[in-house]
Amino acid sequence: MTPTLFQALQAARRAKRPVLLATRLSDGAQALVGPDGAHGANLPEAVVAAARQALAEDVARTVEVEGARWFLHPHNPPLRLIVVGAVHIAQALAPMAPPLGFAVTVIDPRRAFATGERFPGVALDHRWPDEAMAALGPDGRSAVVTLTHDPKLDDPALDAALRSDAFYIGALGSRRTHAARLARLAALGHAPETLARIHGPIGLAIGAETAPEIALAIMAEIVAVRRRATLVSPAREAA
Amino acid sequence: MIADAEDILTTAGQWVADGETVALATVVETWGSSPRPAGSRLAVTASGRMAGSVSGGCIEGAVADAAKEVMASGTPRLLSFGVTNERAWEVGLACGGTVSVFVEKLG
Repeated sequence: MTPTLFQALQAARRAKRPVLLATRLSDGAQALVGPDGAHGANLPEAVVAAARQALAEDVARTVEVEGARWFLHPHNPPLRLIVVGAVHIAQALAPMAPPLGFAVTVIDPRRAFATGERFPGVALDHRWPDEAMAALGPDGRSAVVTLTHDPKLDDPALDAALRSDAFYIGALGSRRTHAARLARLAALGHAPETLARIHGPIGLAIGAETAPEIALAIMAEIVAVRRRATLVSPAREAA
Repeated sequence: MIADAEDILTTAGQWVADGETVALATVVETWGSSPRPAGSRLAVTASGRMAGSVSGGCIEGAVADAAKEVMASGTPRLLSFGVTNERAWEVGLACGGTVSVFVEKLG
């Protein structure tokens, strides 16, 4: 890879712009392709089209065009994990997410909870959840988790999450809490199939008790949903 | 904050900045039960540093050897490891899959 191309690739990644590295496997010729097309390189049109598709699907693959094999390697911005509630479980969750490819933002207007001391190196948002969610704009590469147990904070965040393309929505709370929450959200106009997007009780059933265990259960569920894993959850089946 | 701790590119870029000679190996195709998906990367330096992986550990040594040649010649190579490849038996691809690895010099 030439220094110029490497620098352009790294610059796009730092700026959180989606970019794909196309490599002709016969001789190592390379070019970058963005969602809008090739970046200053003379690539066959079919390679650009396949590259844009691979970028949109976030899947690395090899394609053959005009007798040449090309490796199409998407570099999409990090997934996002938006956590509502700077609580103990959030403290355990925040350091777990980055190695799994998630950039974390913790929303909590209660400044006593959302402090740099409790969340070193984590992006904190002190706005109310409805404002923060509107600004952050969760998309199809975002997971939203509510942990406050306080309807004043959790409900507006869930309302916004349900109106977004977030690929995962989870809410902490017992079955009874969750049933009451679903009733409140239904009153805001959400249909049952929309409400079914919320994972509640949150997390895989691994018998989690401590904050780090619950955080692990939540992260495992998020990964499972992202990877479209088929899971058998004894707790859910019994419910 | 850097979101992905498995950011091999950034590690490799840092090594180049440190004055190291660096090669990047990338899984470009897999068949069967290969342990690492296409796009997985291994960065190696001429001085022997390694980051990331292109398999469960069974072909990294052979890939690092090929990387040394690539770093010396500057010419990229496409390697293939699998059950149909004698070299794969030699290096012991225990997973039973087949994997193609593109190796290039960085910078």
